[in-house]
Amino acid sequence: MSSTSVLGGVVRRREDPALIQGRGRYTDDVKLAGTAHVAFVRSPYAHAQVSSVDTSAAAAMEGVLAVYTAADTDHLGPLIAQVPVGALRPLLNSGTVKHVGEAVAMVVAEDPYVAKDAADAVDVDYEPLPAVVDLKQSLSDEVPVHEGASNTLISWVGPFGADEAALAELQEGIEAAKQRDDAVVVSQEMINQRLIPVPIEPRSVMADYQAGYDRFDIYSSTQIPSALAGAIGKYFGMSMNQVTVKAMEVGGGFGCKLNVYNDEVLVAFASRQLGCPVKWTETRREAANSTIQGRGWVATATVTGTEDGEILGFELEGIADMGAYSQNFTVAIPFLGLFVGSGQYSFPTYWKMDCVTTHTMTTDAYRGAGRPEAAYYLERIVDMYARRIGMDPAEVRRKNYISADDFPGAVSPMGFPMDTGDYATNLDAALETAGWSDLLAERDAARAEGRYVGVGLATYVEVCGFGPSGLVDLGFSWAEYQMPSAFNGSSLVRVHPDGSATVSIGTGPSGQGHQTTWAQIVGDGLGLDVERIRVIHGDTEEAPPSIGTFGSRSAAVDGAACYEATGKVRAKAARIAAHLLEASEEDIEFADGAAQVVGTDSSVSWGEIAACAYQPHRLPEGLEGGLEAHAIFSPGNATWPFGTHIAVVEVDPDTGDVDLLRYIGMDDCGNVISPMIVDGQIHGGIAQGIGQAMFEDAVYGADGNLLSGSLVDYILPTAADLPSFELDRTVTPSDINPLGVKGIGEAGTIGSAHTVVNAVVDALEPLGVTHIDMPLRPRRVWQAIQDARA
Amino acid sequence: MYPRQFDYVAPSSLEEALAALDANPGAKVLAGGMSLLPMMKMRLLSPEMVVDIGRIGGLGDITDNGDSISIGALVTHTEVSASGLVQEHGAALATAASWTGDRQVRNRGTCCGSMVHADVAADQPVAALALGATMVAASSGGTREIAAADFFVDTMMSALEPNEILTEVRIPKAGPGTASAYDKLGRRGGHTDYAVAGVAASVTRSNGSISAATVAVTGVGNRPVLAAGVADALVGSDGSDAAVEAAAAHATDGIDVLEDLYGSVGYKTHLAQVFAARAVKAALSAAG
Repeated sequence: MSSTSVLGGVVRRREDPALIQGRGRYTDDVKLAGTAHVAFVRSPYAHAQVSSVDTSAAAAMEGVLAVYTAADTDHLGPLIAQVPVGALRPLLNSGTVKHVGEAVAMVVAEDPYVAKDAADAVDVDYEPLPAVVDLKQSLSDEVPVHEGASNTLISWVGPFGADEAALAELQEGIEAAKQRDDAVVVSQEMINQRLIPVPIEPRSVMADYQAGYDRFDIYSSTQIPSALAGAIGKYFGMSMNQVTVKAMEVGGGFGCKLNVYNDEVLVAFASRQLGCPVKWTETRREAANSTIQGRGWVATATVTGTEDGEILGFELEGIADMGAYSQNFTVAIPFLGLFVGSGQYSFPTYWKMDCVTTHTMTTDAYRGAGRPEAAYYLERIVDMYARRIGMDPAEVRRKNYISADDFPGAVSPMGFPMDTGDYATNLDAALETAGWSDLLAERDAARAEGRYVGVGLATYVEVCGFGPSGLVDLGFSWAEYQMPSAFNGSSLVRVHPDGSATVSIGTGPSGQGHQTTWAQIVGDGLGLDVERIRVIHGDTEEAPPSIGTFGSRSAAVDGAACYEATGKVRAKAARIAAHLLEASEEDIEFADGAAQVVGTDSSVSWGEIAACAYQPHRLPEGLEGGLEAHAIFSPGNATWPFGTHIAVVEVDPDTGDVDLLRYIGMDDCGNVISPMIVDGQIHGGIAQGIGQAMFEDAVYGADGNLLSGSLVDYILPTAADLPSFELDRTVTPSDINPLGVKGIGEAGTIGSAHTVVNAVVDALEPLGVTHIDMPLRPRRVWQAIQDARA
Repeated sequence: MYPRQFDYVAPSSLEEALAALDANPGAKVLAGGMSLLPMMKMRLLSPEMVVDIGRIGGLGDITDNGDSISIGALVTHTEVSASGLVQEHGAALATAASWTGDRQVRNRGTCCGSMVHADVAADQPVAALALGATMVAASSGGTREIAAADFFVDTMMSALEPNEILTEVRIPKAGPGTASAYDKLGRRGGHTDYAVAGVAASVTRSNGSISAATVAVTGVGNRPVLAAGVADALVGSDGSDAAVEAAAAHATDGIDVLEDLYGSVGYKTHLAQVFAARAVKAALSAAG
């Protein structure tokens, strides 16, 4: 495993002792005297008219403080969204409910047990209506999800920015290619199934309205504390600065905590109404139907190429499931797929996804958010094409890559400028690490023995680290949140009078190790031990405003701001040190907690420099007191990390059981700040991609009931299910931020699902299997074998 | 995950526990709690009282009775799988216990609890069936013995009366030429998680042929159930691979195979046959 770091090697995650010893503080750990607890009454039907809601029995129970229905909360309006395309979610719904789990009423009681008992005692009459779950049926508008509105909310068509004439020309070009004598056309409809994000810490929110001061403290397990502060302010006619949101430790997010949720608004509402702190923590089964889900695409991918591996065109046409209501980014998620619709390739690409509603829980961002889906279709169909023409799948990919010579300045066929890339070098490194030709030989030897061993390869490029506000400005705004769409990084570095330092930063972690990474950047810049550096995040009172933690953006955007703020502090400290040491500023270097005159033993500690900074009469003339600096970083582009993954599997043909034998990841996220953290992000990302490939499936019945809504039936990958990953990296620094880093939080997920599927299909090639839809549970694999044999 | 209100007692003797059950017909017995507590938290089950037997002495042992071994009500899956006695005389059960749940569950959950819970896809009940186990049930009126074959009545329903506690699973010692084995496909693949389908088999080989066999199937029907068709076909055969495979074809004879998220009727039927063959072959191999 590589230990390359721009900042000097492997550092252990300093946040882990608290987290692994159960001493971390999460939202549900916050105890305030007099706290009331919430339970929701949720619809058991996917589509039904609520004919009556009788709350009298619940309200009369001992310990019940209030029971609210839509009549109490409709005046607040629906749930706000950054991309408000489609119907927005009512906070509570006493009209026509649109999915199982939709909140109908809210009970507030003295303890969570009474709240649940009372919620069970709320009597709701439902008149069930026909539900639509199937995407093709939804597209037909046969059953409208919202009366009088088409189920299709928007269609994303790419290349981005192409007008109708350009699109027509593109399609004609691909059609013409199909007519060539040497044309090979490979087409496959594939399902990229719905997934349920399952952070270890479920969502939790607590609101403490302080009437005497007309202000809120909100504690929430959220990825977007600033947006939540803005939202709460908007609902209750308050300014952002009257609302303090504290995201404490966040035990996993993966995008599902990147929404402002109706329950967060409702808990705040109840706290204001009742004059006491109010808390709600979702239960695991509740989460399955009330926290956003991810993926949910059905699409047909088509590659047109020559017999010698030149791809002449790629087309993707399909349908993406938005669920019943649009929340924060809902319809924008497939757009993120469009960003990387042509992957790392140079061939012409036509891309169209229809975003449709169904009577199911909302979909939104889930680790990778549109990019794993887009990469899946592309990498599966390129693999099928390679198989069809009998060419090494690595060779086909290499032949069609955007060349390293095209950087800087490369523009993807989808119309987006890319920062840096060297795909062939990365591919070669992966092949060498895996021992590609030996692997293929071993596979062939196993086949000769009648064993079904397969080798799968896939490569990817993804886009993350958002980003220039213009690039992500879809014409909507954060006005509803009282948050402008400034995707800036923001960081304040302050050296205290004793020479310790604090960095306040906009984005907070949900497991990504920010406590370590930011301390490394500051520590490296100031020559200060990381133990002397405190990191503050996730608190809107103490940390600068931020759009939040998502899209693998923290290091590339806020990390860059942190780096620049550190540089400003260092520059000022150098002036002070030079003054104290009677040396030239240029000769000052920082290391081991002190400033030193280069080549001498003359030095002054950070404590002495800082003490001086806070005694202005000791400072050089013209220098203001204090020792802190703020930096905003606005990147000129997103970052485009890439990589190559290889999987080796063996299939038991009698049972369809897939054994994942090896998994090799060769990722390139530019420069690496903290190798252990980067590897950890890749590990988790790959695990989630394998989870989709082999285990996870949000299965809805035709009536809209979620059949896999508990962890008994929603099978998550565990460490015990996975081999030890073999990871290494190539390093192609980004040129759009001073650290040269690219996002790595989602790359593992974006590269992995298709790698596993490619391997399983390879294993079953002797039987004639060409495709199996995920998840590759034994049942499906066995059926594919039977179908191929038939 | 908030259960309804319930009363809780933790008696120190079996007599007190049985008296509590007599006095409270809506009570449930708590041993490891690995199935009971989740069901209560999900409000699928809301007993008025929970009788915790965890503080009762003498229920936590695996004992050698001479011709049989007894597994007490508080013996955990981990203890069953690690027991030399169980490994020697009931290898199918030791294996089934080692594949039950995950390590945390195995350290808390009990063998007897798994029997009483009678999950359609559990591992250990079929091992008890194949081994010809006897279930010893205590009530304030005394104890009664129930053959494993009569114990698993319906979906998640055992023959235990509400006022009874399963105090013991008793397994006959394996005689010469007798051995057992268990094999399955778990929902996560391999042996992990509940069985999509699993088969336990006990066989006795004497004078070159199979003189006795008991085979049971889990995961495919509404309960853990004996596969008499396989056993009948095995007895008298030479135990060759061909004979075993022919017998295994009867794995779901007379069983109403049910579809679930993990398998169609056709797939589960097929898997039952695959694992019947694998389990019988493993048992024969161990029988020597």
